[in-house]
Amino acid sequence: MTDAILRVTNLSRYFRVGGLRSSGTLHATDEVSFEVAPSEIVALVGESGSGKSTIARVLAGLYPPTSGEIVFEGEVQGKRPSRRVRGRMPMVFQDPFGSINPVLRVGHALERSLKLHRPELNAAQRDAEAVVLAEKVGLLPGADVLARYPHELSGGQRQRLGFAQALASRPSLILADEPVSMLDVSIRIGLLNVMKALRDEEHVSLLYITHDLASARYVADRMIVLYAGRIVEEGTTDEVITNPSHPYTRLLMATAPDPRLPLASDTDVADLGEPPKVINPGPGCRFAPRCPLAMDHCRTSTPAMVQLSATKRVACYALDAS
Amino acid sequence: MSTPILEVRDLQVHYATPHGPAQAVNKVSFDLAPGEFLAVVGESGCGKSTMLFSIAQLLTYPAETVGGTVRFNGVELTSLSPEELRQHRWRDISVVMQSAMNALNPTLSIGAQLADVCRAHTDWSDAKIAERSAEVLAMVSIDVTHLKSFPFQLSGGMRQRAMIAMALLLEPQLIIMDEPTSALDVVAQRSLMRQVENLRRQLGFAVLFVTHDMSVVSHFSDRLAVMYAGEIVELGTTRDVFDRPRHPYSSGLMDAFPSIVGAARELTGIAGNPPSLVDPPVGCLFAPRCAHATDECREVRPALVASADREVRCHLVNPRRVS
Amino acid sequence: MKRLSSLLGATWRFLRRDKKAFAGAVIMLVLLILTAFPSWFTPDDPAAEIYSPGMGLSWAHPLGTTSFGQDVFSQLMAGARQSVMLALVVGFLCTILSVVVGISAAYLGGLIDDGLSLLTDVILVIPTFPLIIVIAAYTKNANFWTIVFVLVFTGWSYGARQMRVQALSLRNRDYLLAARARGESSWYIISVELIPPMTSLIVANFLSAALYAVLTAAGLQFVGLGNVNTESWGTMLYWAQNNEALAAGYPLWALAPGIMIALLGSALALLNYAFDEVSNPALRPVTNRRRRKALA
Repeated sequence: MTDAILRVTNLSRYFRVGGLRSSGTLHATDEVSFEVAPSEIVALVGESGSGKSTIARVLAGLYPPTSGEIVFEGEVQGKRPSRRVRGRMPMVFQDPFGSINPVLRVGHALERSLKLHRPELNAAQRDAEAVVLAEKVGLLPGADVLARYPHELSGGQRQRLGFAQALASRPSLILADEPVSMLDVSIRIGLLNVMKALRDEEHVSLLYITHDLASARYVADRMIVLYAGRIVEEGTTDEVITNPSHPYTRLLMATAPDPRLPLASDTDVADLGEPPKVINPGPGCRFAPRCPLAMDHCRTSTPAMVQLSATKRVACYALDAS
Repeated sequence: MSTPILEVRDLQVHYATPHGPAQAVNKVSFDLAPGEFLAVVGESGCGKSTMLFSIAQLLTYPAETVGGTVRFNGVELTSLSPEELRQHRWRDISVVMQSAMNALNPTLSIGAQLADVCRAHTDWSDAKIAERSAEVLAMVSIDVTHLKSFPFQLSGGMRQRAMIAMALLLEPQLIIMDEPTSALDVVAQRSLMRQVENLRRQLGFAVLFVTHDMSVVSHFSDRLAVMYAGEIVELGTTRDVFDRPRHPYSSGLMDAFPSIVGAARELTGIAGNPPSLVDPPVGCLFAPRCAHATDECREVRPALVASADREVRCHLVNPRRVS
Repeated sequence: MKRLSSLLGATWRFLRRDKKAFAGAVIMLVLLILTAFPSWFTPDDPAAEIYSPGMGLSWAHPLGTTSFGQDVFSQLMAGARQSVMLALVVGFLCTILSVVVGISAAYLGGLIDDGLSLLTDVILVIPTFPLIIVIAAYTKNANFWTIVFVLVFTGWSYGARQMRVQALSLRNRDYLLAARARGESSWYIISVELIPPMTSLIVANFLSAALYAVLTAAGLQFVGLGNVNTESWGTMLYWAQNNEALAAGYPLWALAPGIMIALLGSALALLNYAFDEVSNPALRPVTNRRRRKALA
């Protein structure tokens, strides 16, 4: 896609871990490549330890990448994104209680975003625009809500505010790091609908990071499944949900809690849910220890992404067309 | 029909606030049969955790139990002294908290904490404590070498399982669980619920489980209670309540879940916010958000009425007969 | 400066409500007036040795006279200035130092943190009173600024540790990451996003540094290490002690300054005790009717 907003190639981010005596390198995310098109919601799905949040934080400029290339709106990004790029690719955080400064009014961060990224507006225009943004994400009446302190808003309202702040800088891509995971299930739908509206009405793309397949299915056009820092499967939402190829994706589908489904029988899901911490890894598929289809080859050599169809890619030897 | 292991009648809990008492739990009543798994579901702030802590006699200021009775095997818990309560704690009723990272002492090894519990409630020898600790860890599929591990060395799922192991130490008849799965990933969540289910079948304890995410319990609980603003609004067999919810709030909740199967459709959730607990509406607490509310709903608080093994608190479901 | 006016408004409402804070504020206010305009309250020149020594209480001399014939009351009123100024100046300087060192160490991390923490810990471990005595004795004629220097040098490190720890705990809060992510500069983040939530700790720090200054300075002056020819409560104690005021029958000369020192200390402690609520909006009750209904 020549007009992809974001193209990530072989992105890796490693952390040094360990104390004085032992040290190692944690491969939080390893050689990840994907693209995001305009007006598209792409879901990055994985459990904790999969590297999904790390990818978001590298893209948001909170850590520099260890290696790999990030091309945003056609420009190759350096170690730290410029202020303009930060405005075009803002981030929404997970924790509604920690992501807003408790001693400042909630309108403050919104106004700062406007001040930093929309210098053409004067103070009065900024105030007006802040109200418009708040109302766009469903915070009504805007002026009233913006004058409050964070402790006066509910979790759902605070997360909506996070999206309003992201919108303030006229972004082309919003990085949403588990925006609904800490909200009650009954409130999530409101936020998910806000995300859809942003794509459909504001034509903003979203990179939606989550561990919940069902919400990913609800909002995303495409899904990328991560395991232990690597991409294992990628495709359109329909493809991945109705026809999961990778054994890990199948495991996620089988264990996703859904009252409308009968419970998978014991033999299908004996897994305890222990994703590995990838420290000083060797070659080999990282899912092999838990994989029902693992062969010897899987443990010694890392599978590359193979194109299964025009839109679907999988990294798994067991599925390679023999 | 065996005698219930837990009988809660008209339980009332108030929170002291600068504006007056907030009615966090408002005359809640239910029974729990031996070995039964009852799930209590509701949004944040509906009072479910408060109710749980009140039943376990763990509330502290500003929360205060101001009314009602809690009978465990016929014994009235609210009238016991702290020393008498200690006899019941852990031996008969144990508690699994929401976030194991906060509930486990980060400076003690798992083995030391298990031993701590044993010593507090029994006079077992060290050998017996070690044996029992190894036993309970095996029950939750944690390798016994982890007795020496510290909480930060275990993954989130393992820590939560360690909490459950701790709850099983003295073979209680009732385990109270406050959102034990909310900090876990999907696969770990499923595994934990299965483990709890298997143990329950094996050991026969009853479970009182509180959560905001009902899909977690949908395949495991026997009965489901839906709480709203401090009251139980619906109570029935889990499958029944899921498939045929009668209270408008329950149907709204069931509908707020995106699914991974079936046709993709637009969901709307439930509009509005829960009412003030300091100054609650006169009539039905859900009426301000209910699409079907009538004048009667706004004026008269509905009672929880049982019919055909379902209890519902709604005028539309149980029209009042004017005598 | 909307924030400042909201802070002042909250402070006023708060002081009206909390009795302890109100008492502390009133005492502080009186002492501040004394400090600013001592001549309003001194009927006589405090240093003038014009009266007969050792007089008892009378309208002319509400607290009697010293053994040199000075009016005790005038001395007391004049002495306020030095003690209060010491408290405020030392408190202010200590706080600035602890905030700068503590927050820089926490925010910048790495080698800078290691270096600053080492410095803080070394100074913290030095036993303060012996050091103070050594320095004050060495400088012989210790004037106001010498004492200030000595007190600040020995007093800033405790607060720096507290600041560092609290800044560390706040540093990884998402709202700071969010500020970085939207492109704010480090200066902005430190001054607008990091320091305001720490306000109550900073004020507590100021008040306890001031308290430390008052008591330690009094101790130094009592031992004769201040400039004994200036007017301050500590030097009053020194002279009273040297002339055996208690034994000789004019106890007020010793008691009065002691009580004033205690009063200043109490005012600081009372204000310290109660300041938390003012700086944390979450602890303020919601008084706006409109907002209260919106919450329901």
